[in-house]
Amino acid sequence: MKAKAITLNVNGRRHQVTLFPNVTLLEALRDLNYTDVKNGCEKGDCGACAVEMNGKVINSCLVLAWQADGAQIITNAGLGTMENPHPLQEAFADAGAVQCGYCTSGMIMAAKALLDENPNPSETEIREGISGNLCRCTGYTQIINAVQMAAKKMTQQRSQQ
Amino acid sequence: MLPQFKFLMPKTLPEALEMMDEISRVIPLAGGTSLLVDLRGRLSHPHTLINIGGLDELRGIRIEEGYVVVGSAVTIADLKRNVLIAKHGQVLQQATTVFANPLVRNRATIGGNLAYGSPAADTAPPLLVLDAEVELMSKDTRRTIPLKEFITGVRKTVCHPRELVTAIRWPIPPEGSVGAFRKLGLRKADAISVLSVAVMLHCKDTGDRDQVRIALGAVAPIPIRAAAAEELLDREPLTPEVIARAAQLASEATQAIGDIRGSAAYRRRVITALVQRLLTNLAKGAKEKKRNESKGNHS
Repeated sequence: MKAKAITLNVNGRRHQVTLFPNVTLLEALRDLNYTDVKNGCEKGDCGACAVEMNGKVINSCLVLAWQADGAQIITNAGLGTMENPHPLQEAFADAGAVQCGYCTSGMIMAAKALLDENPNPSETEIREGISGNLCRCTGYTQIINAVQMAAKKMTQQRSQQ
Repeated sequence: MLPQFKFLMPKTLPEALEMMDEISRVIPLAGGTSLLVDLRGRLSHPHTLINIGGLDELRGIRIEEGYVVVGSAVTIADLKRNVLIAKHGQVLQQATTVFANPLVRNRATIGGNLAYGSPAADTAPPLLVLDAEVELMSKDTRRTIPLKEFITGVRKTVCHPRELVTAIRWPIPPEGSVGAFRKLGLRKADAISVLSVAVMLHCKDTGDRDQVRIALGAVAPIPIRAAAAEELLDREPLTPEVIARAAQLASEATQAIGDIRGSAAYRRRVITALVQRLLTNLAKGAKEKKRNESKGNHS
């Protein structure tokens, strides 16, 4: 097993890293200090490690870092800042959709992918859209409220532009 | 932490087939949604993996000489939103909406789902009722075999170690053909099937009788067609009595086992009920269509 130099573009920053082939994208991201990406089940069941890779939301535990060589990666931390949060991040805080917070980053990435494709989803569509993300605290009610709030706000923002 | 392995990164399909020819026991990795889980659980111990998910030659969905041809590395998410699949593989598209979850669907591939050889593969029953074929290539060979013969046992296929599944194809169903897929999981999303059923009515424009296809998932070592039930429906019309007999025959075709997701007896009963329900809907749909058509002719 030989290590290889690869490039990971994360939240607009370019990283050159030398990694063994058995390192997952999840492990590589956390080693680069993107600790908003969480390690949950490592089986693709929980969605805590969800990130956007080349425009698609995926489980970073099921991608090898070499497969992400050159790809554009966006994590929850790359969506906004404390001063200028993404509407989803703001809505999750306002709706009380965060309790322990472990699922939140992945949940927001899945919700973003849903709203990118469907700006005005029904409750059923929201439930379907986050069906790969487990939350063991909130019972999902506040999370669904948050996604609805964010969808409304994003639609308003678009109509003002 | 994943075990150690060598990882080959070919840029083209010929390069990939060359590598698989030269090096023994190379396992193809596409979406990785099953294989990486197995590696982590030490259920699989490959020495070398080869990355095929990014190969352009395995990506497209197209029509070719009366067939729908889907590259093996096409993802489940791609199938779900594709217009050709909506038109010519609607029964398969139904399965993509209940396949695992949206995150997994963005990585999992149609070729991987079949080549993994699971009896519970959700794309298998729809592809079986579409009369799909699997295209296999090695450095020097190319062959196409019916999906019915491709999976041979639990996690076993006819795919040779040097071969790669390159495409899945099926004949464009005749106009008016309809199908339906139902998956029974322990919950609505992110579940491995307790069982699944696909049915399809192939309309014949030549005046021949319409043909019914029935396929069942997770009730035998491999996804199966219910041959005896299909033969009955070739001879008899889709009346409630015949449908009930066909559903019974379908259930008798299973070799269901009891496991963590359900008992064998439960599986057999639900197969009877689901086949009956789907065939009844199919018969209703076909009758309504005929009525609408004859109305159209008179106006």
